[in-house]
Amino acid sequence: MAYVPIADQDHELHDPHSFVTKYIWSQDHKVIAIQYGGTAIFVGLVALVLSALMRLQLGFPDTFSLIDPSAYYQAVTMHGMIMVVYLLTALFLGGFGNYLIPLMCGTRDMVFPFLNMLSFWVYLLSVLILLSSFFVTGGPTGAGWTLYPPQTITPGTPGHDTGILLMLISLGVFIIAFTMGGLNYVTTVLQARARGLTMMRLPLSVWGILVATILGLFAFPALLVSAIMMTFDLTLGTSFFMPAIMAAGDQLDYNGGSPILFQHLFWFFGHPEVYIVALPAFGLVSDVLSTHARKNIFGYRMMVWAIIAIGGLSFIVWAHHMYVSGMNPYFGFFFATTTLIIAVPTAMKVYNWVLTLWEGDIRLNTPMLFAIGFVFTFVHGGLTGLFLGNVVIDLPLSDTYFVVAHFHMVMGVSPVLVLFASLYHWYPKVTGRMMNETLGKLHFWCTFLGTYAIYLPMHYLGFLGVPRRYYALGSTDFIPESAQALNANITIAAIFVGVAQILFFINVFWSLRHGKPAGNNPWGATTLEWQTPDTPPKHGNWGPELPVVHRWAYDYSVPGYPQDFIPQNVAGDFGVSDDHGHAEPKA
Amino acid sequence: MSFYKNVTSKPWEYSSPTLGSGPESAFDTPSERIALTLFLVVVTVIFSLLTVTYYLRMDLGDWVPLADPTLLWVNTSLLVVSSVLFQLSRNVAQKEQRLPARNLFLAAGLFAISFVVGQIVVWQQLAAEGFGVASNPASAFFYLLTGMHALHIVGGLWVWSKTSLRFFGDAELSDLRLSVGLCTTYWHFLLVLWVFIFAVLTNT
Repeated sequence: MAYVPIADQDHELHDPHSFVTKYIWSQDHKVIAIQYGGTAIFVGLVALVLSALMRLQLGFPDTFSLIDPSAYYQAVTMHGMIMVVYLLTALFLGGFGNYLIPLMCGTRDMVFPFLNMLSFWVYLLSVLILLSSFFVTGGPTGAGWTLYPPQTITPGTPGHDTGILLMLISLGVFIIAFTMGGLNYVTTVLQARARGLTMMRLPLSVWGILVATILGLFAFPALLVSAIMMTFDLTLGTSFFMPAIMAAGDQLDYNGGSPILFQHLFWFFGHPEVYIVALPAFGLVSDVLSTHARKNIFGYRMMVWAIIAIGGLSFIVWAHHMYVSGMNPYFGFFFATTTLIIAVPTAMKVYNWVLTLWEGDIRLNTPMLFAIGFVFTFVHGGLTGLFLGNVVIDLPLSDTYFVVAHFHMVMGVSPVLVLFASLYHWYPKVTGRMMNETLGKLHFWCTFLGTYAIYLPMHYLGFLGVPRRYYALGSTDFIPESAQALNANITIAAIFVGVAQILFFINVFWSLRHGKPAGNNPWGATTLEWQTPDTPPKHGNWGPELPVVHRWAYDYSVPGYPQDFIPQNVAGDFGVSDDHGHAEPKA
Repeated sequence: MSFYKNVTSKPWEYSSPTLGSGPESAFDTPSERIALTLFLVVVTVIFSLLTVTYYLRMDLGDWVPLADPTLLWVNTSLLVVSSVLFQLSRNVAQKEQRLPARNLFLAAGLFAISFVVGQIVVWQQLAAEGFGVASNPASAFFYLLTGMHALHIVGGLWVWSKTSLRFFGDAELSDLRLSVGLCTTYWHFLLVLWVFIFAVLTNT
């Protein structure tokens, strides 16, 4: 028995009419996507403000009295956790996953709309629990986003009792929300694609989101298990992770637990998490690049295999985060090798993006600028990853700014640039209006050049040996005075980039009313979401008839066809395009 | 779905779709069953990780093995009966016999509830004997593993209670069959999981 969409079942389609069922308790994937996206962006702004506080302290120590050491560590912790889990994961999968999967697959909604709605509300609950930790005694946890025991729950760490408990509960609730959403995304992609839309005809966005969701379903249990066990240690006095330890002169009631055990569990989640964020970004950016270069994506099959290969490999590299924790040299060798092997499929993807641009009819509009910007930042972040993947190089650099610069380039800036590319690219479909190009380009250049002004010097500071996690550098012999001057410059650049994001929000709200009407397919794109009868798509997406798919997602610039794109739902054989984007008319 | 055929196809070559009515599906089963299978995979991952940490923690020296509570054998048999009753209910539901299907389904759930109650009694007995949750890592893992398992049973009972209410309403048996089948699969899985946990916990 195959899945039958609600609208194709015998009874009438119940369109929601009241405001509450339409926009609040909505089961429509598009509304849920916007709810997810809005919540994620809001909580991301909180994290942005926290990073500004952090940078102000580092750039100008002893200037801001409100940032004491506790507040600094709390800002670091909450910034990291919010950005990785509550912003990037939620926005890519909950936001873009929800919006694009049913539209790109040519279906009317997710397979389980009610579960989808529940997923959002549980996610919102997890965000509220997380934010509530700012208002409890002791404040939020300041243990670092990795939450390493024993210091996480030992007196002396900010928020070592209530703050950390709320963090652990919030993570547990988030994982429940993610699992509900994730089961939905995977089942929808597997079971409810439009007629003719085989797996290998799916746009790469869907592939990226699908594989990332599967990674999430396998990886988040590790975080759940470690969160539950740490909650036991915290509230019930067990010793899963806690060794015998003294705190503030007192012997605590713990004995024999293993902090390293927690690190293994955490990074068994933590490393795939990098790809839970990166794979949707890879997918989305492929579609943006291909559309605005008016060329088919180079090496589509290779791109799909690379996504799957990266997803699989991401589960056997986690201990490269733990080189400084100490391990058997053979383990170190193993994990260094697997880590470096990931560079192979990743490099394939980068080459394919560049080769997609090669001889393309490139349109340098805002989404394309962000997408090309991503290729730059991702290559930079990826190359420093090759340094850090080696044990001998990682050991001296691990606790310096070099690592901070590396992971911000590769999984901070790069996915965020893709987010902006995708927001500018799909905004016309979501709202029916175009965003302002001038403001968009200004936003791009401020963000792109600004992030380089932040992170390039940070690599250099890392090589000097400037330690990360420190509240203030103080005076040491091995760090020259000028390092502090560079640090101040980084802070100024960071504040500039942060403020520049206002341009984006002005653009979003201004264009909502004053943007040019977009029409159904402003970019001349081939994928199904641009072929809906209405823009923004109505409840049920497709009107009376579901689309039928006749071709893959990348028929751009096919010779012999009057337009430079052939939508996926157009029938007819117009020629064969080979892997190089050249199409030959069929004899 | 032939995976190999999929990944080696050449999507850029034109081929018109085979004309059918419904959407493209990778598997010829209801979506609910696919979602359940995925969920069971997630649960398997959770318990695999717990088992791995269990064995790693065991080697750290301060391990005091638990006394094997006899009541666990009673509880195990309750869960076996529950699982068998679910299977019988499913079989009867296939044969259009609504009333026996309902009664077997209800009885299966009641046995599952008694299993959970039995587990709570075990916890109380152990705590009374001085094996509290914080007494040593073996006890902590006992409460953690049995507690997580019991939580999954309780989650299943929530679905069971919803389906039971539909049995008393005017839902068609054909609509209920899928729910009964999914509950059966879930309970079989939890039974196998329980036997596994039981073996792990008693072999220290």
